Amino acid sequence: MTLLSLNAVRTNIGQYAVLHDVTFDVPEGGVFVLLGRNGAGKTTTLRSVMGLWRPSPGSITFRGQDITAMHTADIARLGIAYVPENMGIFGTLTVDENLILATANGKIDANRLKWVHGLFPALERFRDKQAWSLSGGQKQMLSVARAIIEPRELILIDEPTKGLAPSIVDAMAEAFSEIAQDSTILLVEQNFRFAKSLGRDMAVIDDGRVVHRGTMADFAADKALQDRLLSLSV
Amino acid sequence: MSQLTQTLTRLGGVNLLPVALALVAFVLIGAPSSWVTLTVAGLAMGMMVFLMASGLSLVFGLMDVLNFGHSAFVSFGAFVGATVLAGLSGWLASDSVALETLALVLALLAAILFGLVAGWFFETVIIRPVYRDHLRQILITMGAMIVAEQTILAFWGGSPYTVYRPRFLEGSWIIGDVSIEIYRAFAFLLGLAVFIALYIVLNRTRIGLLVRAGVENREMVEALGFRVDRLFIGVFMVGSALAALGGAMWAGYETLITPSLGGELMIIVFIVVIIGGLGSIEGTLLGAILVGLMSNYLGFLAPKMALASNMILMVAILLWRPNGLRPAVK
Amino acid sequence: MTPTTGTYAVKLTVLAIGALLLFAPFLFQDVRSLEVAARICIFIVLVASYDLLIGYTGIVSFAHTMFFGFGAYGAAILLKSMGPGWTPVILGGIAGVAVSLVMAVAIGLLSLRVKAIFFAMITLAAASVVLVLTSQLSQLTGGEDGITYRAPDLFKPATKILTDADGKVLRLWGVAFNGKLAAYYFVFVTSLILFLLMLRFTASPLGTVLKAIRENEARAEAIGYRVVAYRTFVFCLSATFASIAGTIYAVWLKYTGPDTSLSFAIMIDILLMVVIGGMGTMWGAVIGAVLLILAQYYLRDLMGAASEALHGIPVLPELLAADRWLFWLGIIFILLVYFFPKGIAGTAMAGGARR
Repeated sequence: MTLLSLNAVRTNIGQYAVLHDVTFDVPEGGVFVLLGRNGAGKTTTLRSVMGLWRPSPGSITFRGQDITAMHTADIARLGIAYVPENMGIFGTLTVDENLILATANGKIDANRLKWVHGLFPALERFRDKQAWSLSGGQKQMLSVARAIIEPRELILIDEPTKGLAPSIVDAMAEAFSEIAQDSTILLVEQNFRFAKSLGRDMAVIDDGRVVHRGTMADFAADKALQDRLLSLSV
Repeated sequence: MSQLTQTLTRLGGVNLLPVALALVAFVLIGAPSSWVTLTVAGLAMGMMVFLMASGLSLVFGLMDVLNFGHSAFVSFGAFVGATVLAGLSGWLASDSVALETLALVLALLAAILFGLVAGWFFETVIIRPVYRDHLRQILITMGAMIVAEQTILAFWGGSPYTVYRPRFLEGSWIIGDVSIEIYRAFAFLLGLAVFIALYIVLNRTRIGLLVRAGVENREMVEALGFRVDRLFIGVFMVGSALAALGGAMWAGYETLITPSLGGELMIIVFIVVIIGGLGSIEGTLLGAILVGLMSNYLGFLAPKMALASNMILMVAILLWRPNGLRPAVK
Repeated sequence: MTPTTGTYAVKLTVLAIGALLLFAPFLFQDVRSLEVAARICIFIVLVASYDLLIGYTGIVSFAHTMFFGFGAYGAAILLKSMGPGWTPVILGGIAGVAVSLVMAVAIGLLSLRVKAIFFAMITLAAASVVLVLTSQLSQLTGGEDGITYRAPDLFKPATKILTDADGKVLRLWGVAFNGKLAAYYFVFVTSLILFLLMLRFTASPLGTVLKAIRENEARAEAIGYRVVAYRTFVFCLSATFASIAGTIYAVWLKYTGPDTSLSFAIMIDILLMVVIGGMGTMWGAVIGAVLLILAQYYLRDLMGAASEALHGIPVLPELLAADRWLFWLGIIFILLVYFFPKGIAGTAMAGGARR
């Protein structure tokens, strides 16, 4: 079943069209990977879903409901979480306060917290520290933890491995596959090996257009297609 | 050197600046009794300016809105408060401390209530259409300030307006050869109480958490499911109410007020907000105390330098810390 | 952009204003009208120089009168101490520009480097400090009372520029060719030159860069324009023009005080003029200055009459009193910023059929 659906989305930033025509469906469950070169429009796609930039024309539906014109906060309330590229953590708040903010009523479910701490032990160790003092990897963990501290149906994650040490990338991959057990992840990623290990379905975006849709298994097997669409040094 | 820096940081870092300023002034002034009087005056002024500046700072931090019309709330607060006190002058003349207190409380409440309502009106009518457009924001809030100042002129006239105050706030306490004006002590305590209340709300409540997070990253707070724009109205109203309260307190401090009061104080408020770092109330308090002390010490040592000194203070601090002493975002 | 009929209308209007100002002494033969015409000339320069900043870089300064004042006080102080003549005017003008440049560079580098929003606050603070200092340093500036002095001899009313056969001052269509007339044309010609210089600047490659920065700061920065440097430069340029305008005004008025050259009321006037006329067009500065100064001189009389007529109704007469005209201007200003942010010139130029 289709969870999220983008239909001919065009997004302008200022006078410049960043997305020209983005159409793809994210099925429920698992990790959906959005690939593409730098500046292709991946981040803009996620921000458009979140309502942080407004597409026009085009439509975005979530579980069949049109969310194109909805306020960001209302989109979030439908069960969509966002882990931005810059992580968006609140530096002057403590780790715990960051997590509390991500709950709808200000109370963290104890079991849920245990599960999150299990995924990211560092967050338990530094729970009373102000978030700005964390390392880059820990900040990224906090940003992901914030997205899953309450059950969400869809989690948008923007380049979570950027600038992280390999050991943390592995931990992140493990966490993602566990999160994907009961949520859907829409992952934007440049690190193809990381994306390949997680993704089930995928799409490639280039110059503001979706240029390829398919399964990760097929795409990973087709070296020529990879070279043509990504020309990344993977 | 680095050891010295560390020691200073442990002792409070930039929070020590007012103490350092007071110590330098103590040496320069020489007479301890004058120094105490000036310090109390400086702290009182600082607290009143803090009331006026805190809202401006939070409003900017949260929504990136710079309200040049903020001074209108200060002026209106002063005149509304003074008018209520004038209307209740019978109570003030009575010998009952209870009635006098009631008159004072009513006057301050009237100013606060006016600030809340005017803040709501200002936010929805004037500012909402120009979110995220700094140029038009500055122009429109400036236009609103002109209209507000003219409205005050139309209602209260241009000549100085006398402010009555309760008798129990008149006069001074004399301790040895030190005299402390009671009103100043009262202003200081009231400002301190407001600061503590604000601090608790911002650091211990969920709303406060949202405000602090919103100051840092509004988009992310929205992406977590909260309407920052609705939160903002509340902050704007409280900020306006505090400015009006500050204005009313200032009216009692000056005892003669004119409609240009808000505009004149606005410069100091801006300097305080810039020194302290936009978006943080701790920074605003620090900036306000520094400016209050500086104004009073220099008003005594070199009267002509008083206002220019604040400007010099601001330039020095900006050169040292371009984002202010205690910016909200690390 | 292809010109629209609106563009032609705006340019024709400006041309007509220019012509009226050129012949003002002959068309309006009373002292007050000449006063108004000279004020218009100076304010066109002052507002246009402000438009360079606000209209072409999008940053708001509240220190424009400060620069105007530096120029005026520079000339005034020297004319007072050295006596009438051209040397004090030129030296004073240069001194005013020099002080303005130092202040502009300091403010620009201090605030534009950090956050453009600081700029508005810091200029406001700087301007009010200068205003207070001016009233306090009364030995130098005359304090609140200002300075009265004599202009260069050429501009004395008794000076005969042209004489008739009897050696009396020549009169043509009833206009005496005396020093007063010379003074007016001094104001007119210098203002015209300054305005044309600014117009030339906006059409230069540098002006194009500024427009690019205004349209999209991040993009301009990405292309490699040093936005802070450009803005500081324009701030200096605009300060220079304002300062020279101040010097000219000081020569014309033969008096300089806080109310004529430094007060915050003038800053508000400039803001109103540039917004009402239309930001970023230069032509708007002309239209805004003319409209507002005419309103200042003539609308106030009208409002006074209206206030009298409404005598007895609460508050309304107060709001209509001549002194309250700023109230109405403030409201018009807010409405304009909401609904016609391009002002008269901008709206007119955007409208009309494209040819």
